[in-house]
Amino acid sequence: MVTLSQLLENFLQALIAGLLTGSIYGLMCVGLSVIFGVMRVINFAHGDFMMLGMYVAYYAFGLLGVHAIFGGMAGPYVAALIAGPVIFLVGVLVHRLLISKVTGMRGSALQSEGHYAQLILTLGLALILQNGGLYLFGSTPVSIATPLASNAWAVGPLYGDRIELFVNQGQTVGALIAVAVVLAFVMVMNRSRMGKSLRAAADNPEAATYMGIDVAKSHRLAFGFGVGITAIGGGLLASGTSFQPYVGLEYVIVMYAGVVLGGLGSVSGAFFGGLTIGLVQQLSTLFLPNQLQNTAIFVVFLFIVLLRPQGLFGTAMRRT
Amino acid sequence: MLATDRHRQALLIAAFAAAYGLLAAFVGHSYYLLILTVVPVWAVMGLAWNLLSGYSGFVSFGHAAFFGLGAYFVALTQIHWGLSPWLGIPCAALVGALAGLVVGIPTFRLRGHYFALAMLAYPLALLYVFEWLGYQELALPMQREHAFAYMQFEDHRIYVALALALMIGAMLLTGLIERSRFGMSLVAIREDEAAAEAAGIRTLAWKLKAITLSGALAGAAGGFYAVVLLVVTPPAVFGMLVSAQALIVAMFGGVGTLWGPVIGAVVLVPLSELLQAQLGNVFPGIQGVVYGVAIVAVILLAPEGVFWKVRDITRRRAPTPRASVQAYADSAAFPARKPDSEGVVAFEVRNVSKSFGGLKAVRGVSIRVMRGEILGIIGPNGAGKTTLFNLLNGFIRPDQGEILLEGKDIVGRRPYQICAAGVGRTFQVVRPFRRMSVLENVVVGAYVNAATDEQARAVAQEALIQVGLQGEAQQLAGALSNKQLRLLEIARALAGKPKLLMLDETLAGLGAGEVEEVIAVVRKLAAQGITIVIIEHTMQAMVRLVDRFVVLNEGALLAEGLPQDITRDTAVIDAYLGKRWRVANA
Repeated sequence: MVTLSQLLENFLQALIAGLLTGSIYGLMCVGLSVIFGVMRVINFAHGDFMMLGMYVAYYAFGLLGVHAIFGGMAGPYVAALIAGPVIFLVGVLVHRLLISKVTGMRGSALQSEGHYAQLILTLGLALILQNGGLYLFGSTPVSIATPLASNAWAVGPLYGDRIELFVNQGQTVGALIAVAVVLAFVMVMNRSRMGKSLRAAADNPEAATYMGIDVAKSHRLAFGFGVGITAIGGGLLASGTSFQPYVGLEYVIVMYAGVVLGGLGSVSGAFFGGLTIGLVQQLSTLFLPNQLQNTAIFVVFLFIVLLRPQGLFGTAMRRT
Repeated sequence: MLATDRHRQALLIAAFAAAYGLLAAFVGHSYYLLILTVVPVWAVMGLAWNLLSGYSGFVSFGHAAFFGLGAYFVALTQIHWGLSPWLGIPCAALVGALAGLVVGIPTFRLRGHYFALAMLAYPLALLYVFEWLGYQELALPMQREHAFAYMQFEDHRIYVALALALMIGAMLLTGLIERSRFGMSLVAIREDEAAAEAAGIRTLAWKLKAITLSGALAGAAGGFYAVVLLVVTPPAVFGMLVSAQALIVAMFGGVGTLWGPVIGAVVLVPLSELLQAQLGNVFPGIQGVVYGVAIVAVILLAPEGVFWKVRDITRRRAPTPRASVQAYADSAAFPARKPDSEGVVAFEVRNVSKSFGGLKAVRGVSIRVMRGEILGIIGPNGAGKTTLFNLLNGFIRPDQGEILLEGKDIVGRRPYQICAAGVGRTFQVVRPFRRMSVLENVVVGAYVNAATDEQARAVAQEALIQVGLQGEAQQLAGALSNKQLRLLEIARALAGKPKLLMLDETLAGLGAGEVEEVIAVVRKLAAQGITIVIIEHTMQAMVRLVDRFVVLNEGALLAEGLPQDITRDTAVIDAYLGKRWRVANA
């Protein structure tokens, strides 16, 4: 009986951890999904923009005085939110200088090579960001120190004293912020004029052009929003885990797994996809060694693309 | 001409190897010798990547999986069983080949982005598995007693020689594949996989062969790399940079050519290594940055790679003086059969239906085609004509019904099998292999029923003459006019020696004079005894071409009969123009 309640406790604990990290993954996936949804570009460097977001949050917290102004409790979250607009600008710039050269109307002129050109361009970008990051930030892992990260709310004892659960405060606040950002973004996409032109540009770039929508600008914005949103996710993760310039690689598969799971191109699907990946990762620790957490995600990812490439939540979408 | 090409290539490879060997002979510094050793290793990795991704177009981000397995195989077997690398490296190639096959079977269900992403997951998953297994750092034991048996040489120039030998082997293999039916089939897959399959190419089989060989090369490279560096760690052999480097040297140098990966490795590997050595302390990630910048620059400036760019500049697209097509007096390839028709059923469709979701595209259609007949299938847009062709050549499977080719049911067979059985087709929207020459396009179509590559060439030339494209044989297919593309598709289908030729709106978009030309070709083929089914949605030209009409409307058979009857059939007129039109004009 003891073992059973122990098992249940472990399961619930992993479930909570999965939901909390999953929410942040969900946020990151939404960013990636915006880029794919609007531009049809697979952004290989997405994990590395997230890494940049983590460092922006880190330096904003320490050097720029966010810590001093907002304190150790609210500071890390403010820093994470600052990462968003900063990386948005970086993304807009990168799109203007590089990505736009091989996407959109120019990309379609390249015919079938078009999407490989994008894929490989972003691979090059990933290498530059990772290794440039090594130069700029050094290889020593860092993290944002917040007292919340080591505090937890105790739930229970439940089930007649046998089960006691701990909910990490830092992660909980991070998850709530993530959900709030996703909701805000979905509102913007659905309600605002800009959101509508983004969706129009996604749906049919040519027709959108005839309707007077600046598709190139839409793509630029989409890329900026995509990396910016993911950067906020990175910033939120930065207070819980330590990271180094190569961290993006670990998350790029996590993000793609979530996005593919949710159905490529679907924003809300991406959030739930990311959430599911978070759950898979945390629940896998129940029966797999910690080191194989990521392998579990990769295997799940492979199963998803092989068996249900349209995603669990998405319907098959064809573009001719 | 093939023989001289091959000789020149072999000479070039030999000259390159000699120059490289000479350079190594005069280098004493062991660090430079190490660089000279790893350049061919990355060239082999690039060649491995190129063999799969360059020719077939399936971009792999996961060649580190094969490389790493090869490296760990050599290291582990030497540590635990004392296996010599002389044996270990060939076995590592087998391990890589096996891994390629195991990876390929499920992953080739995917296309484009999905394939690339799935490939990325394999090495990264393996990386964590090997760390978990406790192989964070494997050192190959020093064997001073049996230095030669364990490939541990005092003189590091021997490593250069071995690496060079490995690279030459990979180059020769690539050269062999490039010129053969294997390479041509891969390129056809890259250009248009569905069209290749319909032209009789066993696409999955070729792709699996390609990834198996590619895995073997990468496995051997990894095994040798372990011997050279003496230490194996998961990030060094399964890491992202390994896969990226394979891709980048190939893309930088030139995709789809055996010199590309070699050029890429010769330029980029020393550059990044030397910069790493000079600036590594100040700028730790410089190696990765070099590769990143190189690939970004290539994509922006010369997307096909340095090799092609240089060739374009030097030759300014001068027409390559290859062998022109001579008319073959011997027309044995297409024996002129008189329509011995009357009563022999060539092809039969019985009660075939197909739905897509709620849409019934084809419902209960039964058609008989007599041998030597020209049957026209007409019907308004959305009548199910192209769907019917896709059912007949195996692109899609009917929900019910039988499809009989000379009495044998072919439902469930793959398109290439149906092509081999004697069904050729063209496409409504032309699908040539755009970056292959006209002749090569047709040669690809000829493989299915040709025993040797020479025979395929001869048949292809014959087919070009049949449709009157012999003058354009060396042009790129992408440069042809619409009419020429239509004829090219007919020639490609014809080269497979079909008994039944299915033409999907072959006359669409042609001018009046051009229509006549194409019709003349079709008539000629019919006169040789080839059964022809042709789809159109307009009737005018068809009336003078076909023996019999079948009319489809909303997926069902509406009418069937001789041209003169069909044009007066009220049901047909209603389907096309609406009842009110008929009543108004009655």
